[in-house]
Amino acid sequence: MQRLVIKGGRVVDPASGIDALCNIYIMGGRIASVKAAKDDETELIPGAPGLEIIDAAGLVVMPGLVDLHTHLREPGFEYKETIQTGAEAAAAGGFTTILCMANTRPVNDNQSVTSYIVNKAKGALVNVLPVGAVTVGLKGERLTEAAELKDAGCVALSDDGMPIVKSGLMRRALEYSKALDLTIISHAEDMELAGKGVMNEGAVSTRLGLKGIPNAAEEAVIARDIRLAELTKGRLHIAHVSTRGSVELIRSAKKAGVTVTAEATPHHLTLTDEAAAGYDTNAKMNPPLRAKVDVDCLRQALKDGTIDVVATDHAPQSVMEKDVEFDRAANGIVGLETAFSLVYGLVEEGVLTFNELVKVMSLNPSKVMSLDKGTLRVGASADIAIADLDAEWTVDPSTLKSKSKNTPYAGKAMKGKIVKTIVGGKIVFDCLKEA
Amino acid sequence: MKTNVVMDEKAIERALSRIAHEIIERNRGGERLVILGIPTRGYELARRLKKIIDEIEGTDIPVGAVDATLYRDDLAIKKTQPTLKKMDIPISIDDRKIILVDDVLFTGRTIRAGMNALMDFGRPLSIQLAVLVDRGHRELPIKADYVGKNIPTSVKEGVKVRIKETDGVNEVLVESAPR
Amino acid sequence: MKTKRKDLLGIENLTVDEIELLLSTAESFKEVSAREIKKVPTLRGKTVINLFYEPSTRTRTSFEIAAKRMSADAVNISIASSSAVKGETLKDTARNLEAMKPDAIVIRHSSAGTPEMLSRYVGCSVINAGDGAHEHPSQALLDLLTVKERLGRIEGVRLAIVGDIAHSRVARSNIYGFTKLGASVTVAGPPTMMPPGIERLGCRAAANMTDAIKDADVIMMLRIQLERQDEAFFPSAREYSRLYGLDADKLRTAKKDVIILHPGPVNRGVEISPDVADGPYSLILDQVTNGVAVRMAIFYLLLGASRET
Repeated sequence: MQRLVIKGGRVVDPASGIDALCNIYIMGGRIASVKAAKDDETELIPGAPGLEIIDAAGLVVMPGLVDLHTHLREPGFEYKETIQTGAEAAAAGGFTTILCMANTRPVNDNQSVTSYIVNKAKGALVNVLPVGAVTVGLKGERLTEAAELKDAGCVALSDDGMPIVKSGLMRRALEYSKALDLTIISHAEDMELAGKGVMNEGAVSTRLGLKGIPNAAEEAVIARDIRLAELTKGRLHIAHVSTRGSVELIRSAKKAGVTVTAEATPHHLTLTDEAAAGYDTNAKMNPPLRAKVDVDCLRQALKDGTIDVVATDHAPQSVMEKDVEFDRAANGIVGLETAFSLVYGLVEEGVLTFNELVKVMSLNPSKVMSLDKGTLRVGASADIAIADLDAEWTVDPSTLKSKSKNTPYAGKAMKGKIVKTIVGGKIVFDCLKEA
Repeated sequence: MKTNVVMDEKAIERALSRIAHEIIERNRGGERLVILGIPTRGYELARRLKKIIDEIEGTDIPVGAVDATLYRDDLAIKKTQPTLKKMDIPISIDDRKIILVDDVLFTGRTIRAGMNALMDFGRPLSIQLAVLVDRGHRELPIKADYVGKNIPTSVKEGVKVRIKETDGVNEVLVESAPR
Repeated sequence: MKTKRKDLLGIENLTVDEIELLLSTAESFKEVSAREIKKVPTLRGKTVINLFYEPSTRTRTSFEIAAKRMSADAVNISIASSSAVKGETLKDTARNLEAMKPDAIVIRHSSAGTPEMLSRYVGCSVINAGDGAHEHPSQALLDLLTVKERLGRIEGVRLAIVGDIAHSRVARSNIYGFTKLGASVTVAGPPTMMPPGIERLGCRAAANMTDAIKDADVIMMLRIQLERQDEAFFPSAREYSRLYGLDADKLRTAKKDVIILHPGPVNRGVEISPDVADGPYSLILDQVTNGVAVRMAIFYLLLGASRET
């Protein structure tokens, strides 16, 4: 049987409370044992048949990252990304499990589309788990057959990209999905209030002469959804929280015992609306980059647990969507390959501990969606990310694995780099084999 | 850098006075004359000439300025655009005898530009050229009708006319090295 | 102007010296337009493309006349839709235009920032003729020139801008231009049309129109887009006019010798009453005349010299 040993790395696994130099033994794609390096007297013979040794001295070994929010564009928009290229990008970013949103063409609102994705995902480097649509065609009119979607492999439900405008329908969705143990991921946006806005509404939008989207456009819908979650006792997860007001709503809802969880993206945690100056369409996303006070609030919320999860909202767009007028440019940025380093930047800044990073990027997302992931406990699937926290690198869009290169971080100096990613005991990314 | 004063205040006065007389003589008085200077110093010299002629003849000859900047042939190769100066043509120049005045005649290109500019304002009877200094090195077939002083120079030398109205002093200098 | 500057994208990033040079150059060019032969050979052999994604007879004609009076060849391209609609990126459009070897592209676009994006894609000069609600630098320059001619100065002048500040590129460029040259600017309009953080551009936001105009030396009335009514920015043209239109009654609360500007075209009877628009204090037609001179100055300073590439 194939054996893999990761030797001498700093193992950080919040689920089992480990943060120590350990050796990890992997057999049959699962964690066989984790032994403190100093007590480990197992004799390993290099070159022995079926034995692979990874020397992780000086490196950090953590459970593979889990991303609750990606857009893989397949089927329908393969010129932007495919399940295969998206999974390659994920592997390069340390992600071993990613959820892909339903806004494909056709929409993932029935079993056959789900099966198509699941089938394609079998050949992908990482675990790709589909999110099914809440309503047919993301139209916000009629519920999808959620039980069938679940049977086919969907792990959550979301109309992401579109809000569910009708409150009554949202209520029914939260109620109905309860029986299936599926979480509803809410893209909270009052589109009428957001209007033709293309960036955060504030002094910067005034200066640039661009139409703004007020914070209230997000907060109004989060407030509604929280009330509905309270009413229905359904499972609600708020996608891409971006404002201080949203944070306050979620914080008080949690205090009141409402079953709500929330995510924030690396870009909302690290950039402000000033990034849109110069009309860089790679700084255009929905929700828009907000003011510094919002960024500070999100960071605090991530620290105190109000925001449970960091999710990338990886949204590949081609030059056709981005090299156009700012008003016309599509929303979104690629995020899988920069997420870890950006969040590690928060560790460097003292916002998070490294243990908390692993929680918000691996353990918590697994818990939120009841996935059997996010830990290095014995018996768990050997999904592992290994990082060099001292490595410095510069973002070069042309070297991204993702098919699309729409990142506002081009040229940014980063610290902390994923060096190896292992899925089910198999090395799917090795930075030494790159370039 | 070595500088030589080649004309002092007195010499300039004498030269202008002589040019004024020559203009009167050649044109048989001040009839139909218009004196137009090329800014900045050519314009000031034009005003002085007008004053001298008016005093002699008891006339009131129209005087103005022709800015040749927009007609220059070197705009596309210069690194910075020359500042636009005053264009002031006081009356119609049709059928008038124009005395075009500049301080230094060098390559002739400024005068060419100045004449082109004038042509856009009408059809003068004639254009005559008066300069305080002719330093040679013509690049175009242009010759002055009235010259204050011929000063043979090398191309590397600089000729600087300074006059009271703009520089506070009346003198002509030759600089051994270009500015 | 330092010819290092390739483009004129806005007033925000111009220095005081650059603005003053543009204005004094424009003053010189006014003389050319007063001649019988209104043409100088300065930009002979240069090509200017007027790329208008938004209809604008006035601005386009003004740029065209300015180019022609300087002997440049002006080509007008009107495009009804954006690049994206045609399935072409802005970069594609830019590259195609560049291949025609223009010396300058004058661009008007309904989307803010498009001139700046274009300037990144092409080597020739890009002149912003109005982009969305961002900037309209040539308009601000002609307004500055008009006020300077009438009042002899900009420093210390009190300017009131009234109307749809949120959607106005004219307001933004004028706020920058006037404040940079030492004037004080007050803006007023319906609260629905006052954008957040407008004070950060350097102006004061007045509570109402009377407050804005009472001490003003210059009142600039902005054009109101009547379609905004449908977007609920104001209930009706009638009520807008009552609160924010400049009529003889409101004018009586202003200084006696106040002057009135309007970027045009005027909605008579809405933002400005006919008697006021045609009245003695109105400099609306001087603005149009000065527009040509200002645009000639822009061409001269951007195209008149070689640029190191």
